[in-house]
Amino acid sequence: MTKNDFAVVGQPLPKVDAWAKVVGETRYADDLFLPRMAYAKLLRSSHAHARIRSIDTARARALPGVYAVVTAADLPPVKFGILPVSQDEEALCADKVRMVGDPLAAVAAVDEETADLACRLIDVTYEPLPALMSIFDALAHPEVRIHEYGDGPNVHKNVALQFGDVDAALVGADLVREDVFFFEGNTHLPMEQHAAVAHWTSDGKLTLWSSTQTPHYVHRVLAKVLATPAAHIRVIATPVGGGFGGKTDPFSHEIVACQLSKLTGRPVKIALTREEVFYTHRGRHPVLMWIKTGFTKRGDITGCHLRTWLDGGAYGSYGVASTFYTGVINPVTYKIPVYKFEGARIFTNKPACGPKRGHGTPQPRFALECQLDKAAEQLGLDPADLRRRIVVEPYTKTANHLTVTTIGLGECIDKVVEASGWRAKRTRYGVTAAMGSQPTGGSREGGAGCTHLVQPEPPSPKKPGIGIACSAYMTGAGTAIYWNDMPHSGVIVRADRSGGVAILCGATDIGQGSDSVLAYLTAEVLGLEPVDVQVFPADTSLTPVDLGSYSSRVTLMCGMAAIQAAGRLRDAIFKAVARKLEVDPAALVARERKIGVPDDWDKAVSFARAVELGEAMHGVLAFPGSYAPPKRAGKYKGGGVGPSPCYSYSACVVELTVDEETGTVDLRDVWIAHDIGRTLNPLLAEGQVEGSIYMGIGEALMEEQVFRKGLHKQPSMLEYKSPTTLETPEIHTILVETDDPEGPFGAKEVGQGPLLPVIPAIANAIHHALGIRIDEVPITPDKILKALELRRRGKPPRVGPERLPLFTFKDPLVVESAFGQPADAIGVRPFQS
Amino acid sequence: MIRLPSFTYLAPRTLAEAATAMAEHGRDAMLVAGGTDLYPNMKRRQFEPKVVVGLRGIRELRGVRVESGGWTIGAGTTLSEVSTHPAIARDFPALATAAGLVSSPQLRNMGTIGGNVCVDTRCNYYNQSYEWRKAIGFCMKKDGDICLVAPGSSRCWAVSSSDTAPVLWALGARLRVVGAGGERIVPIAALYRDDGIEYLAKRPDEIVADVLLPPADGWRSAYLKLRRRGSFDFPVLGVAVAARMNGDVVREARIVLGAVASLPRPAERAAAELVGQRITRDLVTRVADLAAGPSKPLDNTDFTHPYRKRVTRVFVARALAAIGGLGDGGPASEEVA
Repeated sequence: MTKNDFAVVGQPLPKVDAWAKVVGETRYADDLFLPRMAYAKLLRSSHAHARIRSIDTARARALPGVYAVVTAADLPPVKFGILPVSQDEEALCADKVRMVGDPLAAVAAVDEETADLACRLIDVTYEPLPALMSIFDALAHPEVRIHEYGDGPNVHKNVALQFGDVDAALVGADLVREDVFFFEGNTHLPMEQHAAVAHWTSDGKLTLWSSTQTPHYVHRVLAKVLATPAAHIRVIATPVGGGFGGKTDPFSHEIVACQLSKLTGRPVKIALTREEVFYTHRGRHPVLMWIKTGFTKRGDITGCHLRTWLDGGAYGSYGVASTFYTGVINPVTYKIPVYKFEGARIFTNKPACGPKRGHGTPQPRFALECQLDKAAEQLGLDPADLRRRIVVEPYTKTANHLTVTTIGLGECIDKVVEASGWRAKRTRYGVTAAMGSQPTGGSREGGAGCTHLVQPEPPSPKKPGIGIACSAYMTGAGTAIYWNDMPHSGVIVRADRSGGVAILCGATDIGQGSDSVLAYLTAEVLGLEPVDVQVFPADTSLTPVDLGSYSSRVTLMCGMAAIQAAGRLRDAIFKAVARKLEVDPAALVARERKIGVPDDWDKAVSFARAVELGEAMHGVLAFPGSYAPPKRAGKYKGGGVGPSPCYSYSACVVELTVDEETGTVDLRDVWIAHDIGRTLNPLLAEGQVEGSIYMGIGEALMEEQVFRKGLHKQPSMLEYKSPTTLETPEIHTILVETDDPEGPFGAKEVGQGPLLPVIPAIANAIHHALGIRIDEVPITPDKILKALELRRRGKPPRVGPERLPLFTFKDPLVVESAFGQPADAIGVRPFQS
Repeated sequence: MIRLPSFTYLAPRTLAEAATAMAEHGRDAMLVAGGTDLYPNMKRRQFEPKVVVGLRGIRELRGVRVESGGWTIGAGTTLSEVSTHPAIARDFPALATAAGLVSSPQLRNMGTIGGNVCVDTRCNYYNQSYEWRKAIGFCMKKDGDICLVAPGSSRCWAVSSSDTAPVLWALGARLRVVGAGGERIVPIAALYRDDGIEYLAKRPDEIVADVLLPPADGWRSAYLKLRRRGSFDFPVLGVAVAARMNGDVVREARIVLGAVASLPRPAERAAAELVGQRITRDLVTRVADLAAGPSKPLDNTDFTHPYRKRVTRVFVARALAAIGGLGDGGPASEEVA
């Protein structure tokens, strides 16, 4: 199909829930009020690492207004976790706390104040244990075990994969660079704090309304930890006020609210405070990285070897997947013929890290893109040209057996280079341009020997610079988190004689617009307006399973299921209309809320009438759509992490100034071109790009989840510094369409990928401005001044990690490189007929 | 969400009634004007007053008046009103700037200049929830008995975090303070004590009623604020410079540093160096070096403390360059890191 064939796709339509959000009609979890509802609070650990000697709840129970107090003793002794291989969490800690903020007890009471007061009346006796607050601490103290399981003392996961002979490839290179980088942890900071309401009714059935991105996984975990049949549990995901990966795990507060409802016979609401959200976390892993890459004189990569150390925090969460993601996605952008990856995730006594927008990939992307910038400088190549030459070929495999379908990265690079005025600014700005002449940005002094009577204007301390970086991201994980052969997404479309169409789908709208996309795609297929389609999402008793709103999977997977379901409905209606109009069904089209033959449109019947005809012919009109990704997992252990139906690509140019006296970075403009496959709605797509850029800027320049004396240093929105609109530069978004055969009408993801390149692009632009390298994020003003000070003292002007852990990776699993092999079986997947 | 504790709210209509109420309840009572600092602190149990005396209903606290002897700014005047007042912007640009840089527009619409002058000192071991402070073992400013930023210290090192106080000090402001037993007029410097807990030198019943400013003749002023973002954030360094010029020669000068100590910190030697001089680049460098001397931040705010000290010199130089009409390459009124 070409653009002009679409009626809805490609239009800048408002979201279907836009008005409700703007006027305050949207009912978030904390907006739910049920009769007789009780309010719950969690008592959280005040120790980073300790044994629990005793918990005495007597004083809390005696407080008037308290309905119930629970500890681990009141729950089945069942551990849980999002990944089957990391079942290491407890709803309430039984024997041990592993971080400040670990939940130990909970109270349900007449109101929040009483529940809060009761928590302070619970007496806990701790036996403190040494707190391990960093990767280095945790590895240095194997005698202190945070968990008893894993790949070694305090080592959650140790992986090593090798694709081809990397050592030989590096020996043959003209330039080999070894660099070390650090990416500090940061958190999602959604506007909405997590909240849930549980109601365990007298018929023995449980309903949980929760602010979650993954109602299906919460459903499974509730059944397990509450020892209750899943068939008797209903999980409804309320509209999510921002998720970004922070609401993708099943959580203590959800389980505890259910148990308190069971004990009290009342609906129970629990709403976390902002501080508790910082403890719930599951955000960006701090990652230390070592990367060694060989280059030819022309800038081709001969091979790459990456090592990552992830600071995982106190629990597993998605950490095993996160560990793989720090290694497996880098090869899908540039030609890397042979590749070796070693990664380790270390337990520490901090809130558990997990999936944040870009899940595990922004960190190694930062490392690779900064290293490419350094290599380009050494090789005397333009960093944009270097990248442009080595872009992966479409429909080929990477060294690590990932299948690349369409790739618009070359076009993305061309477009941002052109739009930003890259070539002229690259020459005009920057420390190399200023050497031997005058720094730019300020007025010029007279030539040598010239005498001035008035004081000359000093050069401006604000130095301009421009930098580039690229990236790729998955459009949905190719495998589910638990092994199964069932659909990843399901949709039911139903229509009745009212002319109304309803979509039932397990997906959760987390603000990304998944409800809207389902309405657009269904309307497109049925010739309706999006307003005619009602979307009923995320109710495990009513909607077909969708795995959840993570890994940029919903538009593609639910979208494909919706197109299939809507197509089946359309075919059924066409059959009935064809009989009525006495034409061949193949001659019919659906458009403008009518169905008919284009050449004889006067006879077209209204959609409502067409549904009547369809109902009369077929009975109830309800059709399923199912989607599962193509089976492309590499045939090696670990090959299940990384495959995706298709990958999105981004190229980003950042222009900024750096004040060399204060170290302050002032972003001027960001140009970003994103290969989105097909733009389903440019307004939503640009919104996702801008949100990603904004979030990336925060990670690049200020956000850090850091700890002091065992505690989170600043668990508040005032002191955890995240940018405001005032720090957000002009963002120029260019959407590149490659019409991917795997996506709904050719679409790929846009929700996560555009975050990735902005971070290294900023670092590279700062280098261009001042000639310094800050090899860790956030790039704060004090680090910039430190690098300038190093240069003044004649030392390399670099600030970054100085040491690596003493750590032995396991022997690598050696697999042949699949680099350059043709992709097989495009567009072949389960449930197609 | 975090809930407010219960308390009794009194709404006096006059200053005298308010002072009487404060005298009656003593240390159990606190004043509230805009509430932008008090209520969040109450939620975190940093303040636990049994009685809160609201000043919003007291008309005599509002408004800006110009009289023969100078200016009177009612303590209840909002920061938005101060920052947008055309005559203040003309005569005391540093004050308009400082008031306009406090927090965010919404909070400036509620917050008052009196509240900002009296704003609680801050420390990132103290501006935390009850549970957080309990987990770290409490500090002497609330519920504990040690200083967590300087554990060997017998005093509290919480940081003066007012934007307007250093500016008003540099401009030679005085305060009219009304208590149950009468009123007094004091230089603003006399309001502050070098102690993070007892940072105000006034009795609990005393209420800052008016800010009094001398006529602006010949005075030029500038204020630069260091903070992470262009909105919301408290200062982690404030530099207020005021100079009375005769032609291009400095006749009087004051340099006052904010957010580097428990009170606004005057850089007296640096200011003295300016007197009788024309502002040149050499002089700016010399004065900036001297002014950085009294800047002794500790590690209890955003940014590293060596960085805050280092930027003191840069900001003093930029403020002086702005006052002296030297092109400085940096913004004269605001610096956002």
